[in-house]
Amino acid sequence: MKPPPFAYHAPVSVDEALAALAETGPHGKVLAGGQSLIPLLNMRLAAPSHLVDINRIGELDTIAARPGGVRVGALARHAAVERSAEAAAVLPLLRQALALVAHPVIRNRGTVVGSLVHADPSAEMPAVLALLGGSVRLARLGGEREVAAADFFTGPMESAIGPGELAVSAFFPVPPPRSGTAFREVARRHGDYAVAGMAALVTLDEDLRIAAARVACVSVGPAPVVIDLSDACGRRPAASVSWDAVAAAVRDGIDPDGDIHATAEYRRHLTGVLAVRALKDAARNAGTEAVDE
Amino acid sequence: MSEETTRYLVTLVVNGVVREAAVPARRLLSDFLRHDLGLTGTHVGCEHGVCGACTVLLDGEPVRSCLTFAVTVDGHEVTTVEGLAGDNELSPVQRAFTECHGLQCGFCTPGFLCAVTAFLRDNPAPTEEEALEAVSGNLCRCTGYQNIIKAVHRAAEIQAETQGRPEDRGGRA
Ligand SMILES: Cc1cc2nc3c(=O)[nH]c(=O)nc-3n(C[C@H](O)[C@H](O)[C@H](O)COP(=O)(O)OP(=O)(O)OC[C@H]3O[C@@H](n4cnc5c(N)ncnc54)[C@H](O)[C@@H]3O)c2cc1C
Ligand code: FES
Ligand code: FES
Repeated sequence: MKPPPFAYHAPVSVDEALAALAETGPHGKVLAGGQSLIPLLNMRLAAPSHLVDINRIGELDTIAARPGGVRVGALARHAAVERSAEAAAVLPLLRQALALVAHPVIRNRGTVVGSLVHADPSAEMPAVLALLGGSVRLARLGGEREVAAADFFTGPMESAIGPGELAVSAFFPVPPPRSGTAFREVARRHGDYAVAGMAALVTLDEDLRIAAARVACVSVGPAPVVIDLSDACGRRPAASVSWDAVAAAVRDGIDPDGDIHATAEYRRHLTGVLAVRALKDAARNAGTEAVDE
Repeated sequence: MSEETTRYLVTLVVNGVVREAAVPARRLLSDFLRHDLGLTGTHVGCEHGVCGACTVLLDGEPVRSCLTFAVTVDGHEVTTVEGLAGDNELSPVQRAFTECHGLQCGFCTPGFLCAVTAFLRDNPAPTEEEALEAVSGNLCRCTGYQNIIKAVHRAAEIQAETQGRPEDRGGRA
């Protein structure tokens, strides 16, 4: 089907975009990569009367990798962030997760920040932001605020962004030294949204015991579900953790729904299994990733 | 302001030629190419990004033309299946698809050709896994994919030969 008509705005600067968004208020929508919004328009599931196209705003096309973390501008495409050697060096999880976001061709257009604002509960990047405790910077005419991931994802396809606001960037902080990360998921077909999956983070102590462990699960709740598993891992080296108990803690920490892709029980089971795999990967990576920093 | 009566003059360099048309903002790039410019080689299957039939090269990178508004890419370069080779010629990827029977009805083919052309430019000697990943976003209802994967590797060979490169055995099936 074809998209419904809309009035089109083509700002070339953030200021112009904020003015257009202020003017159109609740009737305006931002168009970034269009890889989620245009399907919704084509299927007539959305019909905003104004679209504010940010694709001409060069100042938003940024990826800044610093020792403390990576700030991704609103026009940085998934593919550009995935390719960025600087970003991968400080935060390998970005590349680990982006490889699982849709297909390469979709990643050429879709943006990381757009994926965060879109807030699909099955999407990888919201889980990454939630796991790391990152934040999204929202600008509106005459002001700016930085919203923590924990407050940003408010429900399925719902984020804290309000009318008139533009997400200008997102910040992904680097975890403490001796940390490792991993992303594991199961999808019906390669490149599809995951039936279950998670980003995992493990931090080792000086004796290589697991000091902290947590996962951020996709597809098991209205928003990414962050579960702290430090106690379940019990400050042991990965080889002697009671992984069955960890899987049980994960299963107890989620309340998935069933749908045509999987029953709630299968999702719960799968999430437990994948969490153990992801945490083991992360623990293994803790040695190597830490050295990279 | 009525949204539909506002038209935007969109100018693109399509297959090396400057083309323009005045279209409403909601005109998808796929429809711009097919209806406004008459380039019907780009196919449209699903219009929600799933099938890949509409894949074209935008400034050299493969994108879904059904998930892009023409007005957004005003001033940019687009390569469609019609522009992959000169008149009466076949590009290495096109040759490989015919040699390997990488198509039957041909509906999906323009999208595969564009995606694979860009892929082999960036990765001239792919492994089996990389080749699979490269076409994973394109659906084909006829071939069962095996011959398409063969064609990807064959195209890499042809490219290496025609470019006179020492053959890289790395990824051949
Ligand atoms: C076939 C297919 C498969 C996919 N599979 C996956 C997958 O497995 N995992 C996954 O995570 N994603 C997947 N996606 C979605 C893809 O990652 C999108 O790129 C992403 O969700 C949205 O980014 P975008 O830049 O395209 O945003 P758009 O589509 O342009 O916008 C999406 C929404 O966010 C809003 N928005 C975007 N940017 C801003 C901003 N800067 N400020 C304010 N509002 C903004 C828009 O108004 C809109 O509501 C898939 C898409 C397709 C077509
Ligand atoms: S028509 Fe564009 S992906 Fe199917
Ligand atoms: S050849 Fe018929 S769909 Fe691919």
